[in-house]
Amino acid sequence: MFQYEFDWSVVLTGQYAQWIVDGIKVTIQLSAVSIVLSFLMGLLIAVMRLSHVGPVRWIAQGYLEFIRNTPLLVQFFFWYFGSFQILPQSVNDWLNARDFEFSAAVIALTIYTSAFIAEDIRSGIRSIPKEQMEAARSSGFSYIRSMQYIILPQAVRITIPPLISQFLNLTKNSSLAMTIGVAELTYQARQVESYTFKGFEAFTAATLVYLMLSLIITALVTLYDKKVLSPTGMK
Amino acid sequence: MDQWFGFKVIWDNIEHFLIGRYPSGPIGGLTLTIWLAVVSCSLSIIIGIVLGLLCVSQNRIIRYPVLAVVNCIRGIPLLMVIFWMYFLLPAFMGTAVPESWTIVAALTVFTSAYMSQIVQAGIEAIPRGQLEAGLSTGLSRTRVMVYIILPQALRNMIPSFVNQLVSLIKDTSLAFIVGVAELTHVATQVNNRTMIYPAQIFFFIAVVYFILCFMLTSYSRWLEQRLAYRKAI
Repeated sequence: MFQYEFDWSVVLTGQYAQWIVDGIKVTIQLSAVSIVLSFLMGLLIAVMRLSHVGPVRWIAQGYLEFIRNTPLLVQFFFWYFGSFQILPQSVNDWLNARDFEFSAAVIALTIYTSAFIAEDIRSGIRSIPKEQMEAARSSGFSYIRSMQYIILPQAVRITIPPLISQFLNLTKNSSLAMTIGVAELTYQARQVESYTFKGFEAFTAATLVYLMLSLIITALVTLYDKKVLSPTGMK
Repeated sequence: MDQWFGFKVIWDNIEHFLIGRYPSGPIGGLTLTIWLAVVSCSLSIIIGIVLGLLCVSQNRIIRYPVLAVVNCIRGIPLLMVIFWMYFLLPAFMGTAVPESWTIVAALTVFTSAYMSQIVQAGIEAIPRGQLEAGLSTGLSRTRVMVYIILPQALRNMIPSFVNQLVSLIKDTSLAFIVGVAELTHVATQVNNRTMIYPAQIFFFIAVVYFILCFMLTSYSRWLEQRLAYRKAI
């Protein structure tokens, strides 16, 4: 069908293999930083979304709708190209002194993913029957304490699987950072391809890395569903 | 003041954003975005239904390979699928393939995998009694699926299909990578030309995407509520 000489040594040894490994490192760094930040931000938005104060709730709602209905790539470009207009000069100087592309990618990924995480956390909290809260309150717990001892421990258990799949999505989405020049896995695969013309090998290597990451995490979530959620009758 | 002046840039290029270089060149901008999303969505609904039916097949020789392929596609980023199509399509077809068809192929392959999961879940949500009743009236398993289970399941799936269309509209922005002149690509072109108003330009196209997607999201919520109401009575 097509004449093509496969040469796997390109991506297995030497300089180009090193590029791929560097790419994996950057992907993991970028994902790890964004996962932590987006979880914290998602928690904040979820709490705001459940607030009893109208305006706070509306702000959170507007944020969620806007971020969820806008492409991630556009958000990447917005922060990468537009941050000099939006952020104060001092912040820009601080970012420029460091790895600016990386920071822009972290900002975009964090803001995008936090909107999805907030919805997952909110539906986790709301899946706990209201009577639990009422029962806790009537046995003398304050609102905060009922949340802390009764609602959240149960909600966290239910929320873990969707959260992990959001983290997985984030890792996959981090491949978009190549468009603004972050040297992560996809970027390096493309780099190897343009230096060696060995596109099949380079992209196979990158695909296998993403695939391994996804399959392992998916398997862990399935195991969690079976071993932790099903016995408690929560699933 | 200068910040607001920047929005004039958008008004000056509004035609470019909406239809690309259409009368004098290929169609682009928002129109191309919608076209890409609608074509890939229609194709992936069809392929998704077929794959979904194969996923619930009783024959393991059919079910396991299909499930494996679907899960593999779900496990890699869309960007990877686009690059694969970019390499593989010309190799298989033997000729150059236009970039917009590369994107349609990539989006279709990627979204079909997600669609098949929706179809599978939809079929499994139909009570088992329906299948048993169908079988005991003498219909074959395939006919029960096609005439009894699928029509009911599809109606319940419509909101999920609409949500998937929203994802598709957002994903068409990746067509920028292979140089298809859809909305995001036009925005980068205008940005490269004007240089000093990136925030306004990208905020504007974000709003355009938002309006499009939010309408569809609201529609799918409304559909979901209506379905829930119908089930309740």
